[in-house]
Amino acid sequence: MPDPTDTSYRNATIAVLVENEAGILARVVGLFSGRGYNIESLTVAPVDENRRLSRITIVTSGTDMVIEQIKAQLDRLVPVHKVSDLTLEGPHLAREMMLIKVVGKGENRMEALRLADAFRARVVDATTESLVFEMTGAGDKLDAFIDLMRPIGLKEVSRTGVVAIARGAGGLLA
Amino acid sequence: MSATLQTPPQGHETARTMTGAEIVLQALKDQGVEVIFGYPGGAVLPLYDALFQQNAIRHILVRHEQAAVHAAEGYARSTGKVGVVLVTSGPGATNAVTGLVDALMDSIPVICLTGQVPTHLIGNDAFQEADTTGITRPATKHNYLVKDIRKLASTVHEAFYVSKNGRPGPVVIDLPKDILIGKGPYTEAPQTPHRSYRPQTEPDARAIRDAVALLKGAKRPIVYAGGGVINAGPEASRLLGEFVRMTGMPCTNTLMGLGAYPSTDPQFLGMLGMHGTYEANLAMHGCDVMLNIGARFDDRVTGRLNAFSPGSKKIHADIDPSSINKNVKVDVAVVGDAGRVLAAMIEAWKQDGQQQDRGALAGWWRQIDEWRGKSCLHYVQEGSIIKPQHAVKRLYEITREMGRDTFITTEVGQHQMWAAQYFGFEQPNRWMTSGGLGTMGYGLPAAMGVQIAHPDALVIDIAGEASILMNIQEMGTLAQYRLPVKVFILNNEYMGMVRQWQELLHGSRYSESYSAALPDFVKLAESFHARGIRVTRAEDLDAGIREMLAHPGPVIADIAVAKDENCFPMIPSGAAHNEMILAPGQTGGVAGVTDEGKVLV
Ligand SMILES: Cc1ncc(C[n+]2csc(CCOP(=O)(O)OP(=O)(O)O)c2C)c(N)n1
Ligand SMILES: [Mg+2]
Repeated sequence: MPDPTDTSYRNATIAVLVENEAGILARVVGLFSGRGYNIESLTVAPVDENRRLSRITIVTSGTDMVIEQIKAQLDRLVPVHKVSDLTLEGPHLAREMMLIKVVGKGENRMEALRLADAFRARVVDATTESLVFEMTGAGDKLDAFIDLMRPIGLKEVSRTGVVAIARGAGGLLA
Repeated sequence: MSATLQTPPQGHETARTMTGAEIVLQALKDQGVEVIFGYPGGAVLPLYDALFQQNAIRHILVRHEQAAVHAAEGYARSTGKVGVVLVTSGPGATNAVTGLVDALMDSIPVICLTGQVPTHLIGNDAFQEADTTGITRPATKHNYLVKDIRKLASTVHEAFYVSKNGRPGPVVIDLPKDILIGKGPYTEAPQTPHRSYRPQTEPDARAIRDAVALLKGAKRPIVYAGGGVINAGPEASRLLGEFVRMTGMPCTNTLMGLGAYPSTDPQFLGMLGMHGTYEANLAMHGCDVMLNIGARFDDRVTGRLNAFSPGSKKIHADIDPSSINKNVKVDVAVVGDAGRVLAAMIEAWKQDGQQQDRGALAGWWRQIDEWRGKSCLHYVQEGSIIKPQHAVKRLYEITREMGRDTFITTEVGQHQMWAAQYFGFEQPNRWMTSGGLGTMGYGLPAAMGVQIAHPDALVIDIAGEASILMNIQEMGTLAQYRLPVKVFILNNEYMGMVRQWQELLHGSRYSESYSAALPDFVKLAESFHARGIRVTRAEDLDAGIREMLAHPGPVIADIAVAKDENCFPMIPSGAAHNEMILAPGQTGGVAGVTDEGKVLV
């Protein structure tokens, strides 16, 4: 039971299975902005063409009471099939992908390649003065790599946001 | 071929082909719709053309689209059916938005059909184009833009399902003109469950047992019932009465819940909240177990949250899980339809072996009777100047004497609170007021919708002189359809509720709250083919009320009341229930308005 006097924040990774229809993303985003909830990351893509389902993964933060509200509010949207608080409901995997461009020559370029190797980032594009790495992992691992690239010649970053799934045999739809 | 609506052939599977407009009307008819409130325009002409060629559905032409929605709300609230609205694209849709939000806040089932520019023009800033689904997304429970005629019939059926199931609310269906003109198949309402929206109506047995166990062990229990009980249908109100009587507990109603429990019953404590009774609010503050059924711990009810009923265990039964633990943490959560919950609680109460502490309950009632002894709604009517409370009280007493089935709507302001305090309701669905949104201009069109649904009933809009001007054009609709609605204006020449807050919170600086340049309401009534009555002296009040009630057509009764009267009791924003301000001359908890309170509305 959420305790209203508990003002400590927690993070929550929430998976939402929705009808793949026009306006659904606007409904979800509007809910968050209209009620003043945080969105740290939001990803969406169709996951089942036959059943016209999309999956939204939202990373948010708030007190327990607010996170319970967020889930209840999501759940009462008409096109929402299922809401699951992955953070609360057991172990889960959360991954993000990024493309990161680094510009530099000589020793900087060598250093970037060495670090990329250590972080298991793949080179997906290269010119004589630039590199693009593709990297997948937990958000903090991506953050760490970005920090390392900054002094070397970080040009730009594109990140997907978090996708997540529960460990084990269970799925969102029973 | 005529567009007359046909009864669908029994057990016939092949879909019939019709125009989009005909499909819409056929679906409405299959959903049991008898009347729609609307206003025409270019984008909905095909629908008006189809309406013209049939007799099954009656169209009521309003004078402003906002009024169409409020009329549909009045119709819905007084009948328990879904109210239906039809408006054109662009300004027709934007004018309807206030009504939609009003219905959303008060959980009223309404379907609003909006015209839209043809699909190929959407997004081009075409004439009278508005992004209606975008604008109404946060103003509705759900909305649809129909882009494929093959989905038109099923969308209309689904809209009805969504509007009335779970927590009811408004649903918009945006209809591009080419969809209305094109031809497509008609399909009947599906018998299969909805793909994703399946609200829980049947309460969990264990939650019911926990709730009953808490209530049985209570020494100072209270039942706090809201609009959810009304929305659950008249049977839910009957069950509420049964439960409250069998348990011997006190019962209070929210503004939205008035009529769910009979006002003349000795176990009724009156309304609670900002302008609720002393006994209801103190009983909420001092109770040890609270049963909230179909209410939502609204800020007008709780006052300062951290001081709200500090010592009690709380049970909250609601059809909407997102209402539970939103503002107030509760000990037992029961998700379900109010009627189903009450039926289950009555059963569980009989099953539960625990003995109620009747001695403690008797002591609790002695305490409540002491609070009642304060007579917090007492006022003194002396001299010629009419007290607004007295005007409402006499209206109530005289209508009761007459014994006619009476429906009351209100505008928003002090008069609304006086109506809630001094007009008693014995049954549900007789009281229509804008609670959540507090929309001035609600009462007259809502009364119109009520009168359409109940042609022989007495329908009165208790109004303020400022609010009534917000939808005064609907006097024209009353005249056209000969709707004998009575508008009873408590004319204090002020936006009284604003004036009251300015007096209490802003050093009596009455900034822009005087109702200057008012119309002559008698002449105004007459110009709309209605009867106008003006009463200025207390001695003439009864005669004025009787004249209004005796007139067979619409009436505006302009009752000149005391200009400086305030509405008490009052829990100022940011104060606790036990910090209520009583009327001058009454003593009790006295509050100052705190600075934190000032920022609240
Ligand atoms: C559409 C709208 N605008 C503004 C308000 C704010 N407001 C609340 S009560 C009120 C004054 C109402 O005056 P009147 O109708 O004369 O009622 P009284 O309080 O005098 O009884 C105002 C302006 C509102 N509730 N609705
Ligand atoms: Mg006034």
